[in-house]
Amino acid sequence: MTEATMSAGSVRAPRRRRAEDVAGLGRARATLFAAPGLLLIGLFLLFPAIWTVYLGMTNYRLTGFAAANPEFVGLDNFATALNDPRFWNSLWLTLVFVLVSGIIGQTILGFSLAWMLRNVRPGIKTFVETLVLAAWVIPASVASFLWLALLDRRTGTLNSLLGTEGAAWLIQHPMECIIIFNIWVGTAFSMQLFSSAISAVPPSQLESARMVGANTWQQLRDVILPNIKGHLLTNTLLITLWTFNTFTPYLLTAGGPNGQTDILSVYIYQTAIPGGQLGLGAAISLIMLLINLVIALMYTRVSRGKSGKKVRS
Amino acid sequence: MTTIKTVARDRTVTHFVSRVLFTLVLVIVSLFFALPMVWLILAPFDATPSLTVSWPDWTLDNFVRLAENPYAMRSILNSLILGVGTMALVIVLGALASYAMSRISIPGRDGILYALLLLSSIVTGTAAMVPTFQLINQLQLINTHVGVILVLAGGILPTVIFILKDFMDSIPKSYEESARLYGAGPFRILKDVVVPIARPGLAFIAIWTIVQVWGNFLVPFLLLRTPDMQPAAVLMYTFYTESGQADLRLISAFSLVFSVPVLLIYFFVNRRYGFRFHGGIKS
Repeated sequence: MTEATMSAGSVRAPRRRRAEDVAGLGRARATLFAAPGLLLIGLFLLFPAIWTVYLGMTNYRLTGFAAANPEFVGLDNFATALNDPRFWNSLWLTLVFVLVSGIIGQTILGFSLAWMLRNVRPGIKTFVETLVLAAWVIPASVASFLWLALLDRRTGTLNSLLGTEGAAWLIQHPMECIIIFNIWVGTAFSMQLFSSAISAVPPSQLESARMVGANTWQQLRDVILPNIKGHLLTNTLLITLWTFNTFTPYLLTAGGPNGQTDILSVYIYQTAIPGGQLGLGAAISLIMLLINLVIALMYTRVSRGKSGKKVRS
Repeated sequence: MTTIKTVARDRTVTHFVSRVLFTLVLVIVSLFFALPMVWLILAPFDATPSLTVSWPDWTLDNFVRLAENPYAMRSILNSLILGVGTMALVIVLGALASYAMSRISIPGRDGILYALLLLSSIVTGTAAMVPTFQLINQLQLINTHVGVILVLAGGILPTVIFILKDFMDSIPKSYEESARLYGAGPFRILKDVVVPIARPGLAFIAIWTIVQVWGNFLVPFLLLRTPDMQPAAVLMYTFYTESGQADLRLISAFSLVFSVPVLLIYFFVNRRYGFRFHGGIKS
């Protein structure tokens, strides 16, 4: 029906549609095809995000009276969170964690690896790259056990290598541990990104820099850096988003000891599920969603800006 | 003369020192990445593994022990159920949606695609764990595989549609035209013409989805309550946290068996498809 009316109504439309819609799908059937997928996304991705706003304004609990009869409490949860030193502690730890392990650690180590490996023997390059990639691919629950074994107080490999018998790394330096662990896990991404970025730098530019006597540092600053600026920004924003949202440190320290590694994701979990305060947990989740939104919007702006270049999905 | 010689010698010395430093740094960095993994390679084959890395007393008994542990085997089966279930759902819904979006242009189509992608990077498992938990709770799907599959599929689907639409766009339309001339309906065309051509893309999505689900810890940890339902990623954590004395023979073999499939798949996919497909919902 619609097809007939449309082709009768306009002269240009059918020709354009014929070029696209070769299978004779038609709008109605196309909608039918797309509907189940979009419905699933709507129900299990979009709806939870929107529902968070409402949940955050109730006193929902996991068990007990408020589980069956939640009350609307307005902005109380937000006030509770913002007045809770634990929340600010958690936000601060998250900031340190994202900044040191993600933005500084992974980016610098990933870039250094990409730079160092660009002209070593292929065998060595493959070997080192495989090691770094394996750390990123090993499932999180295995990776964290490997680190628990490495750092174990009594029989850990690190203590026997350093001769520091009985040093309890995870208790004495928990934040440093999860930061180094996260660098270990995530560096592969930056390494790969920068490695392809560096290989795309025109060799002639490096050549002429070398001809006029630029040393390595000057080459990096004046040739490489201007060329990979876009990648650097992409890398930073994606790493920020991922590091901010990782839950894996929980497997290593569970937020402890004494909340010293209580990053935002762990804090939400502890509050909402074992703590049972779903309403308060939802309020903090909303704050987290909003921060994600800001980072993602910045990323879209950046990747739109360098139009023509391939956008990573 | 002497000055030139000194300069020349200085050059070689500097060069030598920088080579040594370079090698040293590379060795240290490699050690940093390798050190935790050595245990994963050696301990499973050691008759008496400890947490310290040591040359093993070679044996395969640990794997026999693993095969005899009902919980471990059950959890690997659960990982498979979750992986294959999510994969099937995502492939079917993703292929249908991306085909429709590729062949019919509605106003704002690209905007919708980008919005979906944006949505999936914002609404991560961590940020949405409370509403997701509550939603699955209300739907009475707590402690069911269906609940986990639906949540995981919802998170993965935007990326899948985005990638598959690219594949669909690249399929020459003449095939569909001829199929239509012979009287095939749209569904038939999708099934018998488009899907066979898009097979590499679909295969990639299938593998990628299974790898993502296989390693995912948070969603099943949140939604599955009993050990007989939990996948390996969650049971692994239970093994080393809840038992009083961790059974290292079991854990080491379990870690290796659980990690090897994704490692193999990953390096295969990486070699074949390159860097384009890294990352995604790994959180």
